[in-house]
Amino acid sequence: MNMILRVVLYIVLAPIIGGLLEGIDRKISARMQRRVGPPILQPFYDVKKLFKKQVIIVSRSQTFGLIPYFFLMVLTGAMFFAGMDILMCFFVMSTAATALYFAAMVTSSPYATIGANRELIQMMAYEPAVLLTCVGFYLAEGTFNVSEIAASDRTDILFMPGFFVAFVFILTIKMRKSPFDTSTSHHMHQELVKGLTTEMGARNLAIFQVTEWYENVFLMGVVGLYLVNSNPMSIIWAIICIMAVYFLEILIDNTSARMKWQDMMKITWIFTLFTAGVNLLVLMLVK
Amino acid sequence: MANVKRSPWLLHYDGSSCNGCDIEVLASLTPVYDAERFGVMNTGDPMQADIFLITGGVNTQNKDTVKQLYDQMPRPKVVVAVGVCACTGGIFKDCYNILGGADTVIPVDIYVPGCAARPQAIIDGIVQAVELFEQRSKEHDEMVRNQKKGSEVA
Ligand code: SF4
Repeated sequence: MNMILRVVLYIVLAPIIGGLLEGIDRKISARMQRRVGPPILQPFYDVKKLFKKQVIIVSRSQTFGLIPYFFLMVLTGAMFFAGMDILMCFFVMSTAATALYFAAMVTSSPYATIGANRELIQMMAYEPAVLLTCVGFYLAEGTFNVSEIAASDRTDILFMPGFFVAFVFILTIKMRKSPFDTSTSHHMHQELVKGLTTEMGARNLAIFQVTEWYENVFLMGVVGLYLVNSNPMSIIWAIICIMAVYFLEILIDNTSARMKWQDMMKITWIFTLFTAGVNLLVLMLVK
Repeated sequence: MANVKRSPWLLHYDGSSCNGCDIEVLASLTPVYDAERFGVMNTGDPMQADIFLITGGVNTQNKDTVKQLYDQMPRPKVVVAVGVCACTGGIFKDCYNILGGADTVIPVDIYVPGCAARPQAIIDGIVQAVELFEQRSKEHDEMVRNQKKGSEVA
């Protein structure tokens, strides 16, 4: 019963929380640039408007790619908050990302195609760290099961600080933040127009946006999992940690310039494999 | 709660200009004027834009581009011509290749004069465009509703 409640709460609340997070993100970014910035509810205004615009379809199969992207991402989060296998969650998330790749690819627009290719490269860059995170949880807790990890007495971050740093590192890629926002070229960088989302307008862009909110809430949930243990107080610590991580991402976004994909690959792999790898060895030796 | 008025996304195209107005358009997005507080975003993607800001006149080479950008924008949409070049052709009016202002190829709704148009004037133009955008959006909703009704009858 509790499990169903959590899933329902996720499905209902995730878009609201995700949208608010994005609004706060835009506000804080603006303050960092000494601007007033848009209202916190701006992302909701944007999505509402997008649903009202005329739908121009470049290629029908684009919608066919976007719908699985949406549903698989919701499924990822639902599985996570239901307390199922964390490894499985990340596999479903990768499948969702692949659906997005196809949605951009089918339009055969040069910008969307380059954006899609870069998305694949980004997946290649962050995937090892994601898998290592799962391995780390297994070594620390002896299980992949999210509900068992959350219900144990240990605070995982104490056992796996290296994995945590690696995960926060790849969050920058997953959340499409500078210096790694190569696939959609957010903000004012427009060398790829809008990259992956170039040919998405109106309703389709709105779906993409809402899916990102679901995704962000899921990722923040994983960040929280590092701190949650059997003590209910730990949830408060997890929320504080999530806010700190989110702020850090905004700070990185606003203070760093764009990176070439080659450098992104190199830095991400070296950094995440090093931090997570050292942590992995230590955990294996201690056990 | 919200209506479309709160989220105007701009597409900025620089035609046959001296780049003066172009820079002023970007200036209106900087911290001093901060157009983003009205929800304005500079997208660069016609598929996602609501308001077409055009600076500079239309010449024989860019006339098709301007037309195509306009056609790629989904309804409802508004066009704003920024600077006298975009309004009439400006100081380039008598050049052999200039056809005239933006309205020689696409319907322009709002004219922002000035050489170069000041950021204040540009933001004022955008605010007026937003009003018009809301009105167009209502008409668009009406049309969609009628179409739906029509298809139910048929
Ligand atoms: S109106 Fe003046 S400043 Fe603006 S593009 Fe024309 S010549 Fe340049």
